[in-house]
Amino acid sequence: MAVTPIPLEVRNIKKRFGDTEVLKGLSLQAHKGDVITLIGASGSGKSTFLRCMNLLEQPNEGDLIVHGEEIRFKETRHGREPADWKQVVRMRAKLSMVFQNFNLWAHMTLLENVIEAPVHVLGKSKKEAVEHARALLERVGLAERADYYPAQMSGGQQQRGAIARALAMDPEVMLFDEPTSALDPELVGDVLKVMRDLAEEGRTMIVVTHEMAFARDVSSQVIYLHQGVVEEAGPPAEVLGNPRSERLKQFLAPKH
Amino acid sequence: MIDLHGYGPRLLEGALITIELAILSLILAVVLGLLTASAKMSRNWLLHRLGTLYTTIIRGVPDLVLMMLLFFGGQIGINMFTDMLYAHYDIDIFINVNEFVAGVITIGLIFGAYMGETFRGAFLAVDSGQIEAGRAYGMSHWMVFRRVRFPLMMRHALPGLSNNWMVLLKTTALVSVIGLSDMVRVASEASKATREPFTFMIIVAAIYLLIASFSEWGFARLQKRYNVGFGESH
Repeated sequence: MAVTPIPLEVRNIKKRFGDTEVLKGLSLQAHKGDVITLIGASGSGKSTFLRCMNLLEQPNEGDLIVHGEEIRFKETRHGREPADWKQVVRMRAKLSMVFQNFNLWAHMTLLENVIEAPVHVLGKSKKEAVEHARALLERVGLAERADYYPAQMSGGQQQRGAIARALAMDPEVMLFDEPTSALDPELVGDVLKVMRDLAEEGRTMIVVTHEMAFARDVSSQVIYLHQGVVEEAGPPAEVLGNPRSERLKQFLAPKH
Repeated sequence: MIDLHGYGPRLLEGALITIELAILSLILAVVLGLLTASAKMSRNWLLHRLGTLYTTIIRGVPDLVLMMLLFFGGQIGINMFTDMLYAHYDIDIFINVNEFVAGVITIGLIFGAYMGETFRGAFLAVDSGQIEAGRAYGMSHWMVFRRVRFPLMMRHALPGLSNNWMVLLKTTALVSVIGLSDMVRVASEASKATREPFTFMIIVAAIYLLIASFSEWGFARLQKRYNVGFGESH
């Protein structure tokens, strides 16, 4: 039987900021079609963990294996760094990130944002990229907004646009860093709906979120982090439906 | 009609020298400015110190003094070097510092320091999320610079750049002291010979003003281009 490499595996990630250890050895395996949600209070390290997965933060220790390819590191005067930036560039192109603050490039129209990396990083032809981009914008309900600049769109539209930009890379794994936290409440629903659709069609996703309903309904696995360690992990029915630790119970309790 | 006493063609040549000098100096200053800004933002200790040393020296010494130091000092330095070559290796060459090249280098060096500060401020004003998005989508350092950082930085840098350019343009008048026949020197010679200083100086003033107005128009267009996506500038 041929073994297909799993899209993303991280082992024993440790991260220090100065003397504070914010990630104390975290591991995770994302198989094809997995939707893994990372939950936890602010300061639990969930965003830092996600950012270590595409090396926007450099982990001090730990392994990273993207689609079977292990990232090589070396020790430098400034700490541990990737040994081969070309490898990092290649690996990042397989992991698309959706940011809390959207981070659509402000000087490009929505369409230009979506075709930017496919054309300049993946080397697709512009024509092909534009066709793909238009289909994706249609899908996230923004076909009419293709020629708008980010500043001319609402937060919800920008985030759906950012999801289209992520999809345009045909990523192995999509990383979502609190995608709805910067949105007005009435705009959250549209973005979550797009994400639910992606989960349903079998996209591999790792999502840092505070949306417990999304975590419960959509994820295959929920990981609850507390101060840089995994406190509980498992299927949502277990972790969210029947929390064992006192801390998680408190975290999940309705807030008034 | 104003009588130029036959100085018209030389004045025109002088104006061309002024323009050439200003444009070449600008190019050098922009390159040096980008390098200085990168050096000062670098985490490399030596680069950072070098960048700071450069801007401190240049900004602390008058332009005129710098120009004479570089021109005369440069010639002395080159002579010492060629003497050394002759004494030790029996190589006999003579290099004369060309006034035009000396002018471009001096003005470029001076304004490189000011541009460095302009660029540094502008780079720091770019939202870090924009750069992160570039990195996260697999762009190399150079590609992030070219496609994201530079165009976004320019929006913040242009007002300062246009200001620097105007001052640079007027600083080119200083090259007359090292003997370059720019339009100021031609006009000053003509004034002495004809005893009509006002006629020649008013023409020179008008030419500077013309170049400056044309540049303002050019910068306004550039500003419009780099403001795309940010609404109207105020």
